[in-house]
Amino acid sequence: MSVQLRILAAGPGVTLQDAGRRGYLRYGVTPAGPMDAEAFALATKAAQAPAAIEVSLGGLELSVEGDALGLAVAGGQFEMSLNGRPLPPACALTLQPGEALRVRAGASGAFVYVAPYGLFDLPLALGALATHTRSGLGGFRGRGLQAGDLLPIGEARPGPVEPMRLVASQLARGAARLRVLLGPQQDHFPPKAIDAFFTARWRLSAKSDRMAYRLEGPAIRARRGHDIVSDGLAFGAIQIPGDGAPLVLMADRQPTGGYPKIAHVIGADLPALAQMRPGTELGFETVSWEEAVAARAAQARALAQEPLLEPLAPALTSEYLLGRNLVSGVSDGGE
Amino acid sequence: MLYDAPRFLDVGEAALSVEFGDAVDASINARVLALDAALRGAALPGVVETVPTYRALMINYDPLALPRAALIAGVTEAIARTARAGETNAPSKTLWRLPCCYDPAIAEDILEVAAVLNLSAGALAKTHAGLEHRAYMYGFAPGWCYLGAMPPALAVPRRKSPRGPTPRGAVLIGGGLSLIGANPMPTGWYVIGRTPERLFAPTREPPLLIAPGDAIRFEPVDPATFTALDERAARGDVVTRRELLA
Repeated sequence: MSVQLRILAAGPGVTLQDAGRRGYLRYGVTPAGPMDAEAFALATKAAQAPAAIEVSLGGLELSVEGDALGLAVAGGQFEMSLNGRPLPPACALTLQPGEALRVRAGASGAFVYVAPYGLFDLPLALGALATHTRSGLGGFRGRGLQAGDLLPIGEARPGPVEPMRLVASQLARGAARLRVLLGPQQDHFPPKAIDAFFTARWRLSAKSDRMAYRLEGPAIRARRGHDIVSDGLAFGAIQIPGDGAPLVLMADRQPTGGYPKIAHVIGADLPALAQMRPGTELGFETVSWEEAVAARAAQARALAQEPLLEPLAPALTSEYLLGRNLVSGVSDGGE
Repeated sequence: MLYDAPRFLDVGEAALSVEFGDAVDASINARVLALDAALRGAALPGVVETVPTYRALMINYDPLALPRAALIAGVTEAIARTARAGETNAPSKTLWRLPCCYDPAIAEDILEVAAVLNLSAGALAKTHAGLEHRAYMYGFAPGWCYLGAMPPALAVPRRKSPRGPTPRGAVLIGGGLSLIGANPMPTGWYVIGRTPERLFAPTREPPLLIAPGDAIRFEPVDPATFTALDERAARGDVVTRRELLA
């Protein structure tokens, strides 16, 4: 019997993502793909799958139909529960028909990835599954997931019999200082503006989404206007538009832009940035190209390791203690 | 202005921008496109994807697989090769004759922007349709194709605040430039016409018709013809005439 994931509830901004669309930037097509490529890689590697559901703060609830299905989860510190049983925020499990997995915003983090042990049996758009909702491209009918959606899963496999913790030190993120490489249009800004950029405490605006993170703080002014001849935009580009409020371009960025880019967040720090919630305070520090590449290499080395799964430490709930017959053992002490 | 020598600029640690100038200019753009073609031919291991724009080529690459110095050496060699082959001044090889309706019933903003330019809508349409345009680059949204600079008579700044989503196939002017907007998007530019052609059709092969460097002429059509062509395009027909230039 075919296996399908049923979406029971989904907040806004829950989308199917693979590693992103390649080869169409030159035609104005957004790459999309995961906001936190590191957590995405952990979840999909654990599930040995090419794609995952990206869940934002709105949360997700899903069940499986047809047969048991393994799921691997990694990302921010979300609250996970399987039929009411709490699970760690990064884990692998088997979802049985009739059970529900619930994913809700937790202590920190803005995105979490739920990767099925199998693949989404859906048509690719321009060679990729990645959803870009603004252009209605990819994923499930080009849009975010909604309650009632049924996602066919090909090559479905079960996961671990008992839920396991996914051990990944990368997911412990706290650094509110992001490393950047200056340029390429830093010469559009006077030294005073560059200083202000690096000394300011920035706050992530509520007007942030998969396209760009907007920062609130002092206005950064270019020397002679904020228009340049449009050129290419990379993930992590920090544009300074006419209002002086920096925009950091993210996964759903447009491929080109006409505002000067004062700096770029280095690749190794993009996951930490992606996981920040509106209201988070952050600052920038400049590094050399060599330091940025070294950080990238360290990140790649860590991701090259096999994902480590370990049994859950038993939670000391009364239910658990009863189950182990310890409570009754104490109360029947006279025996 | 064309620089004396191209500039190599880091765009983060995993992309390099090769900048040939700082203007919207066909000879600068031709160098960008020649380098793009040469790099696609060279297929340097570690180059992920290139993005040609008006005056620069952005090269996305994996710095762990391809050191920056090796990339710059490969690019420098490719630039020299294209210069020797005379490819940096190559004229357009393809001309697209795109049907375009400039009638105010379909061209939503033409009366408004004609008033700003102190022209009649007819004169604006005639001037725009009389130009041979160059497709410089795509950007902003899928199939949004940027054309070149407008003559002074049609040079209008962008709106102070964006208008609502454009109609499909909008032909736009703004910021002294012209562009074709494939799919609806909010924009600060003015809609002066509409083409029934689908510039971007993700399920058609090929999904995109026009390549950067191609020439474009707009052929004025009346609203009835526009509607008829739009229906054909909706069925998957290509309604544009393509001519190979000598």
